[in-house]
Amino acid sequence: MNRSVVGALAGAALVAAIWESFARSGLFSPALTPSVIDIARALAGMIASGALPLHVMATLGRILVGLVVAGLVGVPLGMLMGRSRRVERFFLPLVSVLSPIPSLAWVPLFILWFGLGNAAAIALVIYAAVFPLVLNTWTGVRSVNRLWLRAAEAMGADSHTLFVKVVLPAALPFVIAGFRQAFARGWIAVVGGEMIAATTRGLGFVIFDAKEYLNADVMMGSLLVIGLLGLGFERLVFQVIERQSVGRWGMVRTTRG
Amino acid sequence: MSHIELSGITYEYATGERAVVALRDVSFGVGESEFVCVVGRSGCGKTTLLNIVAGFLEPTKGEIRIAGRTVSGRGLDRGIVFQDFAQLFPWRTAQRNVEFGLEMKGMLRAERAQTAQRFLELVNLRSFAAAYPHELSGGMQQRVAIARALAYNPSVLLMDEPFAALDALTRDEMQGMLVHVWRETRKTVIYVTHNVAEAVYLADRIVVLTPHPGTLRAEIRIPLPRPRDVLSVEFLEYQKQVVSYLR
Repeated sequence: MNRSVVGALAGAALVAAIWESFARSGLFSPALTPSVIDIARALAGMIASGALPLHVMATLGRILVGLVVAGLVGVPLGMLMGRSRRVERFFLPLVSVLSPIPSLAWVPLFILWFGLGNAAAIALVIYAAVFPLVLNTWTGVRSVNRLWLRAAEAMGADSHTLFVKVVLPAALPFVIAGFRQAFARGWIAVVGGEMIAATTRGLGFVIFDAKEYLNADVMMGSLLVIGLLGLGFERLVFQVIERQSVGRWGMVRTTRG
Repeated sequence: MSHIELSGITYEYATGERAVVALRDVSFGVGESEFVCVVGRSGCGKTTLLNIVAGFLEPTKGEIRIAGRTVSGRGLDRGIVFQDFAQLFPWRTAQRNVEFGLEMKGMLRAERAQTAQRFLELVNLRSFAAAYPHELSGGMQQRVAIARALAYNPSVLLMDEPFAALDALTRDEMQGMLVHVWRETRKTVIYVTHNVAEAVYLADRIVVLTPHPGTLRAEIRIPLPRPRDVLSVEFLEYQKQVVSYLR
């Protein structure tokens, strides 16, 4: 077992122990602070009934669709802003005004516009994800080493080639950072959206619904699932992409799996 | 008839409200396949001069002709090597870096690979074709940069203190290698440096610039046979002569 796994397990064990002593301390009623065993049992039940996979798929689907759309809009927009002063002058104030507005503040309006359900939740994810992508990509383009541009220009690259063969790969570390941030913001949006706007599917809905029945174990279990999904994406998607690209090129220091 | 002809190059730029004259009326020629070193203290405008020849800057006055044609802007007739190792594209292997200019020329993939490998061979890096720049030492990265600047077959090679950031031993090796590469490819070279010994080792002719504003102070022909003995009396005499103009 490698060191980082040992580190992760030790951290998890410590947090579990702290929670367990808190749960048994009697500060709250045991119904509100389920023990680690109760949480595990609730999760096992949700998996066995097939409910958990359905909810996970619903939530992940919304996040991924939202991220893809946000990427298709945000990355090119950030690129253009970084390359053209005119585009920057037009869009930067708009982005600056819209990006600090919490995505959840839009929920009531989005429900009115898109109705209850998937569309509103996905729209929320897009809103939450697009600004980190725009801003990071924009920064990435502006921080491209000038020597690379000069060298490419000296070898006869026109502005289109420069964009595709130099600016794009050069800005990639920032684009990846943008996706990381967008993903985290997307979770906030989707879970919040599902609590208020969604139908009968999704982890946000599960948490909100469990409150009605005082099922604190289900709520805790769902939080744990969200955290583990985040960890999984970090390890299996972001870190792998990074290691295969910018890490391999020596543009960022890589984390070892 | 010179291959490169600089006539009356003046370059001014504005800082705040004052116009600063970086170069004043610099004229000299570089013969076909000649190796010319431009030597001067920092601030004498030698890098500015190179950037003008490269086409990155427009001279305020004067013009540059290469093979009889007036230069405006960048062109594939000139290859450029900078001082900074970071000039290579980190996302491309050594070979793919060398291929960049060939891609711009529209050369097909198989021919590109072959050409790139030939030029990596020339700088003794054939076996590192698949390495990424960050996996190479500073000297190796500069060799890749030289191969990259030569691969698309420009007639002129412009070099801006390419070995200044290397340790002394590596620099000596690189100078020897550069002379070899130059003899093999017969390029016309303008090489900017502040290192007098380096200039005397490399150059057919040395152009000395003095600062404030950058003006041509002297042109010194170095007729010593190659490879040059850096410890010979003649070599040291030429060094002294160049240094005397820099004072």
